[in-house]
Amino acid sequence: MAYHSFLLEPISCHSWNKDRTQIALCPNNHDVHIYKKDGTKWTKIHELKEHNGQVTGIDWAPESNRIVTCGTDRNAYVWSLKGEVWKPTLVILRINRAARCVSWSPKENKFAVGSGSRLISICYFEQENDWWVCKHIKKPIRSTVLSLDWHPNNVLLAAGSCDFKCRVFSAYIKEVEEKPGPTVWGSKMPFGEVLFESGPSGVSGGAGEGAGGGWVHGVCFSHSGNRLAWTSHDSTVAIAEGGKTSTISSLSSETLPLLCVSFITENSLVAAGHDCYPVLFVYDGTKGSVTFGGKLDVPKQTSQRGISARERFQNLDRRATSSETTEQGLESLHKNSISQISVLEGGKSKCSTFCTTGMDGGMVTWDVKSLESDLKDLKIV
Amino acid sequence: MSKNNDSNQFRKVDVDEYDENKFVDDEDNGESQVGPDEAEVDSLIRQGNLMEALQAVLKNPPINTKNQNDRAEALMLKVLSAFKSSDIEKAVQSLDKNGVDLLMKYIYKGFEKPSENSSATLLQWHEKALSAGGVGSIVRVLTARKTV
Repeated sequence: MAYHSFLLEPISCHSWNKDRTQIALCPNNHDVHIYKKDGTKWTKIHELKEHNGQVTGIDWAPESNRIVTCGTDRNAYVWSLKGEVWKPTLVILRINRAARCVSWSPKENKFAVGSGSRLISICYFEQENDWWVCKHIKKPIRSTVLSLDWHPNNVLLAAGSCDFKCRVFSAYIKEVEEKPGPTVWGSKMPFGEVLFESGPSGVSGGAGEGAGGGWVHGVCFSHSGNRLAWTSHDSTVAIAEGGKTSTISSLSSETLPLLCVSFITENSLVAAGHDCYPVLFVYDGTKGSVTFGGKLDVPKQTSQRGISARERFQNLDRRATSSETTEQGLESLHKNSISQISVLEGGKSKCSTFCTTGMDGGMVTWDVKSLESDLKDLKIV
Repeated sequence: MSKNNDSNQFRKVDVDEYDENKFVDDEDNGESQVGPDEAEVDSLIRQGNLMEALQAVLKNPPINTKNQNDRAEALMLKVLSAFKSSDIEKAVQSLDKNGVDLLMKYIYKGFEKPSENSSATLLQWHEKALSAGGVGSIVRVLTARKTV
């Protein structure tokens, strides 16, 4: 579990290259910095300066080695490596609010950008004009799109937005691909069709619990594409299985809201958020239930020293508890909210390492095997 | 050349009002949810069957309707103050997740209008509900769009 502090400012977003030797991240300003790994040290090798506003999303396509970035200046750039330099190509997104998140499709022939203009721009490259063209998915999105994830079939796209709903859209572009076969989410997939929409992310029918829901911060398809998980601002995590039964199982967690989520096997997910440590959730397909699997963080050795009477009363005065720990800080590795999680090795079906970056400017790579052995009651199904 | 004044008083028109794609909240007002049954709850309190009273008052919470909300709130406060401090923990344990969230909502509603002794009892309930529901239940009170 290596913690590396890149900066003192939050890391807005990050993305890894194919062999995980380089990371592109935005240090909370208008640029993108690319760092290269030298043993245990990281050295900055490139600075991509083109955006006029904070860069909110970066995605590095592993096969074609192109980086797409989007920012609050309502633009997106596709960067290609020419020799030793990254050259940008502007993509006109036709949005009138900031772009919020961007993601290459699995085949890397198109990418999707979620924005505050209440729409998703699907951009593909048009050969005859030699530039990137975009198409919009507008209905029925009613607020900012916060997160996106592609289905492995390259056509379906899951979007979580601030109108409290998570939806699956079809982003089928006939110019660049053939008609997709049917999936569990549906068989007719014209562009822009909504194949799934979650109700407000609350428990289905609890004694009128007022399931208002919250902004959907993170979405993730499982490796097979049959399951979709999303986390929401009302501290819930939910999983839906595609198909006629289209059941949604959700869990109201006891932690602060989770901002990002990723499947690490077909049945387990890791999510992280404002509580500064990743947590594991296990989904039971047969029972249709999500359960809390455990907190994934390195247990810190706390030294037990005796506490004097004076300290006890001081604690009572300051913190209303006469507890033993005089610790001021957090026990977790990250010292501030974790905003993004990315799978490094093993893919979403059998992930062995994943990485988190957060608002404390640090990046931690987590190793699943050693987590399983360190935290004894943890079981990754 | 335009003058740069720091004041933005020049904007007298709210441009977002005229945007045709403006987000309009779905208001589902006055649902068929009637408030908890007063008579039933009162009789349960008098009988001393406080656990049942708590369950009864948490059933059918009126959502979004003005008058019934206040009545339910007053009833809730009566039930909560009727409990002895030592019994609070057991009562909270008997509730399921949704119940704890709903209880938290009522507690915060009660904080809004403090009366004689209400805050003290509410704070005791809050502490117990917090240990049962965690910070997540408070987040759900804050993000809930249907107020009880």
